[in-house]
Amino acid sequence: MAASAEEDKARAGGGARAQPGPSALHAQLKGIAKSYPAAEGHGVVHALGPLDLDLYAGEFMAVVGPSGCGKTTLLETIAGLTAPSAGTVSFEGREVKGRVPEGVGVVFQEDACLPWLSVWDNIAFGLRRAGAAAEDVRARVDYAVSFMGLGSFAGTYPAQLSGGMRQRVCIARTLVLEPRLILLDEPFGALDQQTRLLMGDELLRLWRETKATILLITHAIDEGVMLADRVGVMSARPGRFIELVETGWPQARDSRIVEEEAFGRLTAHVWSKLRAESMKALGREDDGGGGGRP
Amino acid sequence: MSTAIVGERQWLRRALDAAMMLVLLVIAWQALYAAVGEVAITSPLGTVVKLAALLHSQAFWRNVSASANALAVSVVIASAAGVAAGLALGFHRFSGVVAEPILTALYTLPKVTLYPLVLLIFGLGISAKIAFGVMHGVIPVILFTMSAVRNIDPVHLKTARVLKLTALQTAATILAPAVVPEIFTGLRVGFALTLLGVIIGEMFASQRGLGFLIINSMNTHDVPTMMAVIMALIVFAVIVSSTLLAIDRRLHRRG
Amino acid sequence: MSRASLVRLAVVAGFLLFLELLTRTGAIDRLVLIPPSEMAVHLWSMFRSGALDAAMAESFSNIAIAFLLSVTLGFAAGLIIHALPRLRRLVDPLLASYYAVPFFVFYPLLIAIFGLNRWPLIAIGFAFGAAAMVIATLNGLDRVPRVLRKVARVHRLGRGEEIFLVILPAASPHLFTGLKLALAYSFIGVLAGEFILSGGGLGYSIAYAYDAFDNQTMYALMLFVLTLAVVLNAALHLWEQRLLRRRRRA
Repeated sequence: MAASAEEDKARAGGGARAQPGPSALHAQLKGIAKSYPAAEGHGVVHALGPLDLDLYAGEFMAVVGPSGCGKTTLLETIAGLTAPSAGTVSFEGREVKGRVPEGVGVVFQEDACLPWLSVWDNIAFGLRRAGAAAEDVRARVDYAVSFMGLGSFAGTYPAQLSGGMRQRVCIARTLVLEPRLILLDEPFGALDQQTRLLMGDELLRLWRETKATILLITHAIDEGVMLADRVGVMSARPGRFIELVETGWPQARDSRIVEEEAFGRLTAHVWSKLRAESMKALGREDDGGGGGRP
Repeated sequence: MSTAIVGERQWLRRALDAAMMLVLLVIAWQALYAAVGEVAITSPLGTVVKLAALLHSQAFWRNVSASANALAVSVVIASAAGVAAGLALGFHRFSGVVAEPILTALYTLPKVTLYPLVLLIFGLGISAKIAFGVMHGVIPVILFTMSAVRNIDPVHLKTARVLKLTALQTAATILAPAVVPEIFTGLRVGFALTLLGVIIGEMFASQRGLGFLIINSMNTHDVPTMMAVIMALIVFAVIVSSTLLAIDRRLHRRG
Repeated sequence: MSRASLVRLAVVAGFLLFLELLTRTGAIDRLVLIPPSEMAVHLWSMFRSGALDAAMAESFSNIAIAFLLSVTLGFAAGLIIHALPRLRRLVDPLLASYYAVPFFVFYPLLIAIFGLNRWPLIAIGFAFGAAAMVIATLNGLDRVPRVLRKVARVHRLGRGEEIFLVILPAASPHLFTGLKLALAYSFIGVLAGEFILSGGGLGYSIAYAYDAFDNQTMYALMLFVLTLAVVLNAALHLWEQRLLRRRRRA
């Protein structure tokens, strides 16, 4: 792996940043839990936690877990979009409460483009709201447009784009604000496998270039293992972390990492942790995890 | 908690909300009565008393049956013709595309202004009323039926072919269940408008019926009768439409 | 022009020609219907002589007032009802059976309340149109994707910015439907009211011509109202297409 990774590092011009590891604490979750009243009748649904999580500055973390385990709730709690029932979230030392803190960008799973604005105006939306000067807006949006490969679509409207292109617009709209923490909620969930892999490469490139901290929620184990420095494996509802897996990838990497022997081993390891939890989420008993049928 | 109990609770809550709205409306009516006085309108209580008296008079029931007859015939014609035309325009896509804007324009037309034409063709009497009711009610039925047919999921038709169903079986097991809820919505809207058409028809070109009774009592300054008839009509319209709406919602939920 | 539009035009023209033929040959009695060409000619002469000016001014101003009132008040009411779920639960049964009530029965009542002037007409046009606007506003607000509200929060928008920059644009297709219905219903309410009970306006002119056995004037006016409805619809349709073109899949 080393050879191709080193080449890529050189090509991307990256490598200036320190390797992720025990660096500065960027965001911290303490005793976070979420429950809400059941839709029908009495009782509460215990959706998440209690859990703790430390996010370090500049790291790329992925979270995988069975469906319904509260992954999205976790992300929205960090973003300040959802108030936890218990516990505290802090970002850069300040408690997150009721508002999305400055410096946090979110990319959603659903199509979050504003359909009445052109691609260019969508990307400029946040900058204009933040009161940036027209010159500045133009320069930064143009850069984001070309960075995300949207050059020939700047004047078109989201409805005329494919799902993958629309998600690029949303990523560009986040990127242009230069967030220090980027939260991505299954951003490639609706895309086909090839597009996902390529978008993963783009995400790695963006991560290296912006030096931002990234938290990626995904239901695809291989995607999490391929992209992240650390993979958090969550239990069935109420979601807690059952293991944090360090991948040990070099910083300069891309989707070709799937050729590595370590990739297969890590993916298999994560799945072995997750299988029983996924069965629980489907309401089925664990069969002991012992292989297939005779 | 079982879903049956939850369903019952919701039903109860909805009934309570409706009752509360009714109370508010009655209060508003009473307030209006206090503000405008006897000359213009009667009080809620006075109207109910007058209506009770009317319900005991034979003349009132003669008018009711005149209106009911015209309404029944109009509804049958508007529904049958509307569904037939809607099915045809839905299945023959191009005709549907050609016809739709024409139908929408006709729907927007204040059809009352065409009333003289109807009178000149049908003359005074029940057929004019019926024609007028049909004119009002038929267009929504066509439009809803047409869109129901257009929105049949092609995958359902493919399934029918995979299962090698005959045309009749396909119609009975695939097409009908797919289009019935939407067509029912059309019939519901059509019913309300047909009633409107018949009543307007009676209001100024008939010697019988509830519409005539309203206009006649207005001309003779018989405010209590006018109010009582209006109230009877509204109660009837609301009861029928709520029933149809309940069925409509059930059909759509299942679909 | 698309093939469908051409065929549609041909169908309408053919129908008019057919009526022309039937009336000219006497298959339909002139007492029942006059040839469409005569309607048009007579309508034109009425325009030229200014005979319609007063009626037109009266009807159009009534429609405009009813329309503006229904749109603004209906929209405001929709916003308020949407913000208060408790109120919404109360109003829901009312909105559900609103259009089942044959509104025109209220004309006599409104005349008793407002007197014989333009206000009963405006009131009925308003009552007819406002509910459509309320329903459309609620529909539109209900269908604003939740993710767009989150986008607003991620961009740290204030309440007002969120409404004007995200929620209203997102709901605008539904709001436009409300606008269209409110216009159509105001049009119907006012003209029908004039026809039945008032002493002025286009609707009244038709009723007056009918009572006076003046078929020429009556049919010319009917043609006018019909054309007006068609033109109004077509204009709104085009405007809507233009607005929505960008938001529809190519």
